[in-house]
Amino acid sequence: MNQKLKSYTAQTYIAYALIAPAALYIILIVAWPLLETIRLSFTNSSLAGEDYVGLENYQKMFSSKKFNGIVTRTFVWMFFSVSLKLIIGLIGAVLLNANLKGRSIFRVLVMPPWVVPIAIGMLGWLWLYNGYFGIIAGVGMRTGILDGPFGFLAYKQSAFISTIIADVWVGTPMVTVFFLAAMQGVPRDLYEAAYCDGASRWDRFFKITLPQITPVIITMSLLSAIWTFNSFEIIWILTEGGPRGSTTTLIIDTYKQALGNYKFGRGAARAVVVMILLMLFAGFYLALLARINKKISHE
Amino acid sequence: MNKYNPLEKILIYFGIFVFMTFILLPFVEMFYASLRPLDHLFRSPYQFYSDDLSFWAYQEMWNTVPMLGRYIFNSFFLASCVAILTLIFVIPAAYAYARFKFPAKNTSLYLLLAINMFSGAVILIPLYKLLRTLGLLNSYQSMIIPGVAFLIPTSIWLLKSYFEKIPIDLEEAAFVDGASRVQILRHIIAPLSTPGLVVVGIYAFIGAYAQQFLFAITFNQKKEYMPIPTGLYEFIGYQSVKWNEMMAAALVGMLPVLLLFIFLQKYIVEGLTAGAVKN
Repeated sequence: MNQKLKSYTAQTYIAYALIAPAALYIILIVAWPLLETIRLSFTNSSLAGEDYVGLENYQKMFSSKKFNGIVTRTFVWMFFSVSLKLIIGLIGAVLLNANLKGRSIFRVLVMPPWVVPIAIGMLGWLWLYNGYFGIIAGVGMRTGILDGPFGFLAYKQSAFISTIIADVWVGTPMVTVFFLAAMQGVPRDLYEAAYCDGASRWDRFFKITLPQITPVIITMSLLSAIWTFNSFEIIWILTEGGPRGSTTTLIIDTYKQALGNYKFGRGAARAVVVMILLMLFAGFYLALLARINKKISHE
Repeated sequence: MNKYNPLEKILIYFGIFVFMTFILLPFVEMFYASLRPLDHLFRSPYQFYSDDLSFWAYQEMWNTVPMLGRYIFNSFFLASCVAILTLIFVIPAAYAYARFKFPAKNTSLYLLLAINMFSGAVILIPLYKLLRTLGLLNSYQSMIIPGVAFLIPTSIWLLKSYFEKIPIDLEEAAFVDGASRVQILRHIIAPLSTPGLVVVGIYAFIGAYAQQFLFAITFNQKKEYMPIPTGLYEFIGYQSVKWNEMMAAALVGMLPVLLLFIFLQKYIVEGLTAGAVKN
């Protein structure tokens, strides 16, 4: 009987049967639509119907200056957002890792932006950014930095920065929590040995903590690059990609093309570009994860 | 070695204060705005002090947003349906990943992770056409069906790690004693994995509650099916937003997930970080 439990083929069939429902569901709702998007990108599909148009959508897209601007903007937006998340997250994790009173409460208090529905959090930010009555404009006016009401979401540059800040606000808690978890996983005896050798707190951070949590820092950079790239709700609610396209990232553009104008073909071509970039990120991430896992299992 | 001198303590607490201000200011300001009368909010420049704070907005919002109750119900209903469906799909799959060896096991696990990285926005077009063909646009299903797909991957990973903690010896012993697979599942696996199932279920609920925007604005235009985020978002378009009531409604909308999370944060964070940190 025990033999049967371990028998390889029987196991395989049972395992596949157990996984089948979830696998089929994902194939139908995620994998098939991904392939279908690729097919649609070669058509002029709309609500009226579709015809095969070859590479037309791609040619139009890549020759449009606007699209190239959107790609550049996406990466600039991502770069600032991800860097800020990592830097603020790392500083936050160091602070909350300090052995002081109240740290367990602070650790819970960092999480709300991560947990609450992004769309609802953004309603709050809309109020904060309000040019006449919001608290940020208010502080600006009272301290004299602003000489009058200022609509943060109404001007190109300030809207760009404002959406980044809101995105950082949403993404930082998770980065902080992961860094904190990694810091707690660093073996204590490393610190004790260093302390006995007379290493300063600074040394201990740069020579022990930082190298020890580097794998997590790298993983988190990639993960947050992916999530930031996918960020839709934040920009959509704050600016809908405006003013005059200044916060239109690839995801926003894809959405507008596809479901704002019901030009499925053009939207699909943009979605394919998004897909390819995401696959690159995902490939990097998975390769990295596999390497880290291998390294750990070898030790 | 963990002693800090007074100056260091002050610096650290100051740093924490600045950090926490950034994280919590929006919530504090939302709550404060919800307590203030509208004519205090509509003063420029911003007034920091109000003397007549009240919970009036929390009563009035039900009139200003007439379907607020319905939106709240919808959010709960959608999130519960998504969480239950996710569990139904995930339990057998996670068990298989935890207990059996089979070809393509690791590859498929990593593929699951990769799916997590695709935004729903990439597949909206085919899904829109599919739902339209099936006549499911503007219904609860149009938000539930895609919602489940995006929660399956992480839920499998989470639950798998809970199943792996149940010693396999218990199952083998029962098997040797002649118990059937169904009996093993009912009498050994089910009771031992209840805590894990609860955590994963709540994770799925919170995730489903949080993701109610993209699919909801795309696939559903009917007010009676809208969850809170889209319902409230509609109101922002109006010329004069009653911000105190809007903030009150927003806070009421985020409260359920916030409470759930605070009670269970330890387990959820442990589960999620375990994969990335100790793996």
